Amino acid sequence: MANLIAAARLDIAESLRARWFIVYALVFGGLVAALFVFGLTESRVMGFTGLTRLLVTYIQLSMAILPVFVLVTTVRSLAGDRESGNFEYMLALPVPLSAWYWGRFVGRFVIVFLPVFLAMIGAVAYGGVKGADVPWLQIAFYTALLVSLTITFLGIGFLISSLARSVDIAQGAAFVIWLMLLLFLDLILLGVMVREQLPADFIVTLALINPLQVFRTGAMLLFDPQLVLLGPAAYVILDAFGRAGYIAWAFAYPAALGLAFAWLGYWRFQRSDLV
Amino acid sequence: MIRIDAVTKTFRRTPVLDRLSLEIGAGDRVALIGANGAGKTTLIRCLLGEYSHGGTIEIDGKAPRKARREVLKRIGFVPQLPPPLKMPVGELIHFAAQVCDSAPERMVDLAGALGLELAEVSGRPFHKLSGGQKQKILVAIALGRDVELLILDEPTANLDPAARRGLFDMLAERAHLPMIVSSHRLDEIAGLVNRVVELDRGRVVLDDRVEEADDTAAVQACRLEIARVDLAFEKAVGEWGFTSDAGRLVWHGRVAGPDRLRFLGMLARYSGLLTVIELGARGAVPDLSDAGRTRRAG
Repeated sequence: MANLIAAARLDIAESLRARWFIVYALVFGGLVAALFVFGLTESRVMGFTGLTRLLVTYIQLSMAILPVFVLVTTVRSLAGDRESGNFEYMLALPVPLSAWYWGRFVGRFVIVFLPVFLAMIGAVAYGGVKGADVPWLQIAFYTALLVSLTITFLGIGFLISSLARSVDIAQGAAFVIWLMLLLFLDLILLGVMVREQLPADFIVTLALINPLQVFRTGAMLLFDPQLVLLGPAAYVILDAFGRAGYIAWAFAYPAALGLAFAWLGYWRFQRSDLV
Repeated sequence: MIRIDAVTKTFRRTPVLDRLSLEIGAGDRVALIGANGAGKTTLIRCLLGEYSHGGTIEIDGKAPRKARREVLKRIGFVPQLPPPLKMPVGELIHFAAQVCDSAPERMVDLAGALGLELAEVSGRPFHKLSGGQKQKILVAIALGRDVELLILDEPTANLDPAARRGLFDMLAERAHLPMIVSSHRLDEIAGLVNRVVELDRGRVVLDDRVEEADDTAAVQACRLEIARVDLAFEKAVGEWGFTSDAGRLVWHGRVAGPDRLRFLGMLARYSGLLTVIELGARGAVPDLSDAGRTRRAG
């Protein structure tokens, strides 16, 4: 456990020094600030009425930004460390592979999750000071969704890093995967598939296994579960699952998927050449 | 100590290690030599458990790949190229000491003995240090813990003569440890080893004993005379810490025992310029007034 914590601390310290982290933290901090500026402007007609709409917008934007950030930075740093020779030295030290791999996973989780979470908490605190009602249930739900989303894409990133032998290949693969998941969202390819009258089961299955779609549906669920916002596939799924069932699915499935990918990455990592 | 049996490693169908077998005993200090691509670094990586491979490798009966922690705890390793780690030096030392169950102070002291005050560079990113500073830190990490085997990949590559002398002193204190020192050239490391293994295309092509260095920590005083003032010569011997008289024709300095071949190799470039080369007797000799001095050229 001490070695795992040491590896996690090393990754956290490394990330805090990296330029990508500064950009990443600024993007989410700036996002919240921008939403407040525009949100307050919009609400001048009715006054500042609450944080619900702001949080939904924030979570939707997070869904678009966080995965690509997580994927690209994770594969860049892991595959980059291998390619540059850092692994050759660090893995010649007597640190167990499990502690090294999972320590970096934990460290990376902390570093990716905290800015997004803290920006959200900052928004809530500011809204609270302004006298807005604080939607605690929504905040708890979104926090859990962010945890789940972060684990999912870290898992994918770690798996790619274990498989790819160079930064270029890892980065290319990460980008293609993100693009595929983005394309198979309800409002893009799934909508087209519905229009083309493809089998409903097929479309619903695609919507259920795409973590981005699961996250998007989950994020909209508490706010306004109408067909016009959710998209046709999500609407059908929600109808079949029910609200509670879908909430459970939205937490459990992406996290389980991410952990499964991370475990596969570990399996591959410890069996193949380390450098 | 180390048993390597029919080890094979292939990259994209090209065998880099080809059924390589070797046994290294507890008293062996092995020079692993060979041209680029001979398989030296690949073999070292297999010994460190970093590569999967065919055949078997056992270090004291344990496979490095399976019993990583137990095996690596006993190996001090210095890589050929310093890793481009961005972490501050202090953080690297702290991490290494923690996973090696050692005290950071031991590594700091050893770096000091090599001429690097860690307090001055502790907050600087490792990759921003000079090649020599990086090498000193890696040597300090490798030796600053309780190890039973040293694997050094071109350990003197980035070190100046004074630091090399410091390294030789440290290795002399650990002369009882088995050691694998990899190098392109035997003359770089001849004074450190008692056995030479040459690899070519992944096979052992030479396995021989070499004359034991009588004292790895020995230092020899040296006096040089040249026919005329020469700036290139002055620069070259200046790097070895030599100083001259006012006329700049007579030069004095000290050479570490294991560095003799390397030093003489450097002097060979100035053979047309040199009129006298005097090397003092081996041992910690401060000047050339000893009776044992030898006139080598004139």
